[in-house]
Amino acid sequence: MRLDEFPTKFPKLPGAMPIWHGTVDAEEFRNLCEQVARGGGKLVALWGSDELAHDAGYALHVSLVTALGMLCLTLPLSAERPSYPRISDLFPCANRMQRTAADMLGLHASGSNDRRKWLRHKSWPNTVHPLRKNFDGSTVFPTETDGYQFVTVTGDGVHEIPVGPVHAGTIEPGHFRFSIIGERVLRLEERLGYKHKGIEKLFERMNLEQGAKLAGRVSGDSTVAYAWAYAQAVESVTGTTPSPRALALRAVLLELERIHNHLGDLGYLGNDVALAFGFAQFWILKEDVLRLNGELFGHRYLMDKVVPGGVASDLDDKGCERIRLVFRHLEHGIKILKDIYDEHAGAQDRFLTTGKVSPDLAAQLGLTGLPGRASGQAWDLRAQFPCAPYDSLDVRMATHRNGDVAARVTVRFEEVLESMRLIRLIIDQLPAGELRTTVGDAPENALGLGWVEGWRGEILIALHTGKNNAIHRLHPHDPSWQNWPVLEHAIIGNIVPDFPLINKSFNLSYTGVDL
Amino acid sequence: MYQIIKQILNTGIKTEAPPQPDEALRVEAQNLQEEILRHLGSALAIRHVDAGSCNGCELEIHALNNAYYNIEGLGIHFVASPRHADMLLVTGPVSRHMEIALKRTYDATPDPKLVVAVGDCGCDGGIFGESYASCGKISNVIPVDIAVPGCPPTPIALLQGILTAVTGGVKKEKDSK
Repeated sequence: MRLDEFPTKFPKLPGAMPIWHGTVDAEEFRNLCEQVARGGGKLVALWGSDELAHDAGYALHVSLVTALGMLCLTLPLSAERPSYPRISDLFPCANRMQRTAADMLGLHASGSNDRRKWLRHKSWPNTVHPLRKNFDGSTVFPTETDGYQFVTVTGDGVHEIPVGPVHAGTIEPGHFRFSIIGERVLRLEERLGYKHKGIEKLFERMNLEQGAKLAGRVSGDSTVAYAWAYAQAVESVTGTTPSPRALALRAVLLELERIHNHLGDLGYLGNDVALAFGFAQFWILKEDVLRLNGELFGHRYLMDKVVPGGVASDLDDKGCERIRLVFRHLEHGIKILKDIYDEHAGAQDRFLTTGKVSPDLAAQLGLTGLPGRASGQAWDLRAQFPCAPYDSLDVRMATHRNGDVAARVTVRFEEVLESMRLIRLIIDQLPAGELRTTVGDAPENALGLGWVEGWRGEILIALHTGKNNAIHRLHPHDPSWQNWPVLEHAIIGNIVPDFPLINKSFNLSYTGVDL
Repeated sequence: MYQIIKQILNTGIKTEAPPQPDEALRVEAQNLQEEILRHLGSALAIRHVDAGSCNGCELEIHALNNAYYNIEGLGIHFVASPRHADMLLVTGPVSRHMEIALKRTYDATPDPKLVVAVGDCGCDGGIFGESYASCGKISNVIPVDIAVPGCPPTPIALLQGILTAVTGGVKKEKDSK
């Protein structure tokens, strides 16, 4: 099959986003993946599922993006020999996803030369696959100290710095193994999975209604993006269409989330180059936005405000006026601070050329989201596949090509201002409509996908339904899966003291990938 | 430089009054001498440990450092190592993969030490509970003095928890009885 034929050969999933789903054999699976990789497409997610209850062994699923939309493929695997052709040679970011499918479900990528575990440490034995249906999620095994085979760099003067899992700052846990000569980093290897708390298994004990709350806590800093993606997936399988007002309010919430996260990062990026003034100033602005969120919607981070069928809070005229007022003050402050950052020789000296990811490397490794847009990867769902209300807003995508910390700073500045422009446009013409449409029942064994451009990048929720509106399998996918491996490249040749700065400029999620 | 100074002057002082301690947040009876607490309270060093959170609580811990809450203005600061800390501020649930790291961090913190469990998940396991992958609440793994609920708890609630931990010590007279 030719790749461009998929919209005619496979059924389109109902819902807001252009997503087609097809069940294929191993040969066709590999063939379509190759065509996507050759044509400059991307891998969004890879996950497995246990289908023994449906007498169908296991299944491996991938979501691919092309210029036409998303192509989701399901490859059925036998119960006796659950293996599939690897795609990590086509999409390097698939490596950790394949290793996770092996840990969690015992599905093996044939041809892969990296057979190390990924999410599993030592809290359960390698014979146990927690996402298999015959595994009881409440079983507890004795925890032992983990052993992991890092790639060792040898040579005169090379030594290692192990960092983490408990870091020096207020950040999430993970382990970084630096191999260095003097101050220069030769190689960084990440070891994540410390925050694995069984989120995917937990979803399987929930029904569609209960799952919304957990979806909003996969990564608390992206709660709106996850909740919206989850809602899209539920709305797809139940055939629900939220009102124009609910959709408009969702976009207001999502852009507020983008604004407060970007403001926080801009502050920390100043702090990491010894410009503490930047931290103080941006965190005042961030706090102003959080207080606005709390005042208008009842939660500083907008948790549980996007729900399947619509939203949980309304916005009245007075609220809109409050937003306009706060934004006037915010925009004024941001413009002053941008000039100060731009003119500050010390800050620019640290930002420019640091942690560079060239557009070629970014394309090869599948860098996505905000850091992708700083390295010439012009992907933003809000501009490319805009669902309502973005389809009428003409979102201006921020793209830069330098791929250094400075470019990631610039993308943040541009996106904050763009998000404010979008929110103003939306609240100027807030459509009428009910806040929450009733969500009907979902058929058993249906697949629904939600796909939302969060502040880090695209968030995917893949939902497989069970009986009586139960969740059979749910895979939440954070763009950090794609971007963590690129950070290992971004640091090469830089000095160790610049790592916190480079890491912050990506600001990736640990909990979003550890699940 | 002129622009920076101008902006600082225009911003003015944003810091607000801190909250009062709240004894309802206490899990374990205070066992430190009042005298020790007085010393800790005027220059408290906190080590934050994320033991498996959704990163929501971390956002509010960051916010404690902003100009509105200005935690450093109260003599409380975050330190880079447990060896420098008087208090561990721990978010949860404790993932089983973080269980050993959390115990080691606790052991590395010199006595006398205080532990504040943060958030619904830190207090009782929250939505994640206990499972093959999660140990649940912080006190399942290390002793906890104060528990601050919330999803996530606001900076004011966090500050209240921290201030409660350094007040209400065991009076000296009691020992001499």
